[in-house]
Amino acid sequence: MKELVIISGKGGTGKTSIVAAFASLAVNKVLSDADVDAADLHLIMNPQATERHDFQAGHSAVINLDKCTACGLCRDLCRYNAISEDYTVTRMDCEGCGVCVYFCPEKAVDFPLKTCGEWYLSETRFGPMVHARLGIAEENSGKLVTLVRQEARKVAEAKKLDLILTDGPPGIGCPVIASLGGASAALIVTEPTVAGRHDMERVAQLADFFRVPVMVCVNKADLNPDSARDIQHYAEQKGYAFLGAIPFDPVFTKAMVVGRTVIEYDNHTEAAAALRQIWQKVSSSIGLQAA
Amino acid sequence: MIISIASGKGGTGKTTVATNLAVSLGGGVQLLDCDVEEPNAHLFIHPVFEKTEIVSTGVPEVDETKCNLCGKCGEICQFKAIVVIGKTVLPFQELCHSCGGCMEVCPEHAIREGERVLGEIEVGHRNGLEFIHGRLRVGEAMAPPLIRKVRSLARPDKVTIIDAPPGTSCPVIASMKGADFVLLVTEPTPFGLHDLKLAVGAVRMLGIPCGLVINRSDMGDDRLREYAGSEGIPVLMEIPFDRKIAESYSRGELLVDVMPEWRERFLELYQRITDLVKLAGESVFSSRKQ
Repeated sequence: MKELVIISGKGGTGKTSIVAAFASLAVNKVLSDADVDAADLHLIMNPQATERHDFQAGHSAVINLDKCTACGLCRDLCRYNAISEDYTVTRMDCEGCGVCVYFCPEKAVDFPLKTCGEWYLSETRFGPMVHARLGIAEENSGKLVTLVRQEARKVAEAKKLDLILTDGPPGIGCPVIASLGGASAALIVTEPTVAGRHDMERVAQLADFFRVPVMVCVNKADLNPDSARDIQHYAEQKGYAFLGAIPFDPVFTKAMVVGRTVIEYDNHTEAAAALRQIWQKVSSSIGLQAA
Repeated sequence: MIISIASGKGGTGKTTVATNLAVSLGGGVQLLDCDVEEPNAHLFIHPVFEKTEIVSTGVPEVDETKCNLCGKCGEICQFKAIVVIGKTVLPFQELCHSCGGCMEVCPEHAIREGERVLGEIEVGHRNGLEFIHGRLRVGEAMAPPLIRKVRSLARPDKVTIIDAPPGTSCPVIASMKGADFVLLVTEPTPFGLHDLKLAVGAVRMLGIPCGLVINRSDMGDDRLREYAGSEGIPVLMEIPFDRKIAESYSRGELLVDVMPEWRERFLELYQRITDLVKLAGESVFSSRKQ
């Protein structure tokens, strides 16, 4: 079983649309959406949830004012300034470290488990999908990403599927790190802009750091053909497989508006042809059987 | 005044709006790039950097000659960042949230505070504009403490413009909290709208007034405008899709340099933001009086 993670560094390069297109092309796979704090893949996949679970992670301090003697120890010890002068804890600022809970001489601090979001096991027209919704302003996105990927792996094992197709988050921080560990390969979707190039280099470094093989493709390539070529040279120089370029095409937006993949929307566009070629290269390079 | 520029969805034009707004306003302005995972604003501002500061966070270092393996440090740590296994104590510094609990609890005072590098902050200028950004070390998971450090350099006597990261979780909150206004940049597509709703949820939770910039305003559909109308979120600016804009962006050029007529529009945008901030201040004042 293989897991392909699609990342980009920079947001808005087309990760999710490309994952959706691959969902149209790949067989025997489970989809997983690891962009848990701004998940969008479901808008194309229209998943029907068969299971829904709370995502609980970490704790949050709550001061019982009936027991609190306002000694001030917790406020002195809290490094996140999460406790106000009137001894209420701002949930958004509480890191869940439990230092106040441990040291309170009156045992006045409760420490309930936090529900930070939900995750779902669903069916789609392209097969099973695992996805999640992190509560707004919540922490623990990395843990939720890990959970989504683990559940997708369980589905793949139970149904004897060949592939986990994971839509990754932007950036290089905690949720991206959680998306990469143990993946068979990472496909970086970049764009031929100074920002796309800069961000690709950083996320490729991160994938190298976790020893995940990197592949690169350029979306919206004709917006700056010189830059697209530079990216190809950069990838080749670094030993990353360069899989091809996709032209800028309003069909991405049109397909999204009607909730279809770019392939479903119109299989005869230049973008669709480019995506099919890239998918073939991806599947042979990670060792999937041709459909 | 602090204006934080956020979006939910990535790639909608936050950096375009932040950089062009900052440059249009000229002197007396600070631009803080708080997208420390993937900072891009410098690619458009081309600042001359004068100062670099390494930013670290506290992590446990154990003096094994003092440690008696009592295990209290592992007991208090919620992040599995320090454990006693057999006859050794193992700190996992990359998991540490720097709460200081292990140091506080250790009866032998065997733990002192070492450092883990989070990244660096660079400070520079272009013309009258002060430019500051954070760069998270590749491999480091925790962006919020570095973002807070960048924010600590905001000066109250200046207009501070913050380029926030995408998403709606802790790094975004760290970039919006305490701002006077959040300018949300989005595009009229289903992804743009879906993620905007999450961003609006976060902004409302923080109780900050907000407004909208619609980028690539002539692509997609009408659902975004319907949503903005029904939620009473003012649309402060629209930027149509223009291949010339996209191409100059790809080269790292500012919109206001390529098409100088946009400078006036960014100044108008700023004017509308200051009006809304004033209005929000007055309504808070009048609701307090009631």
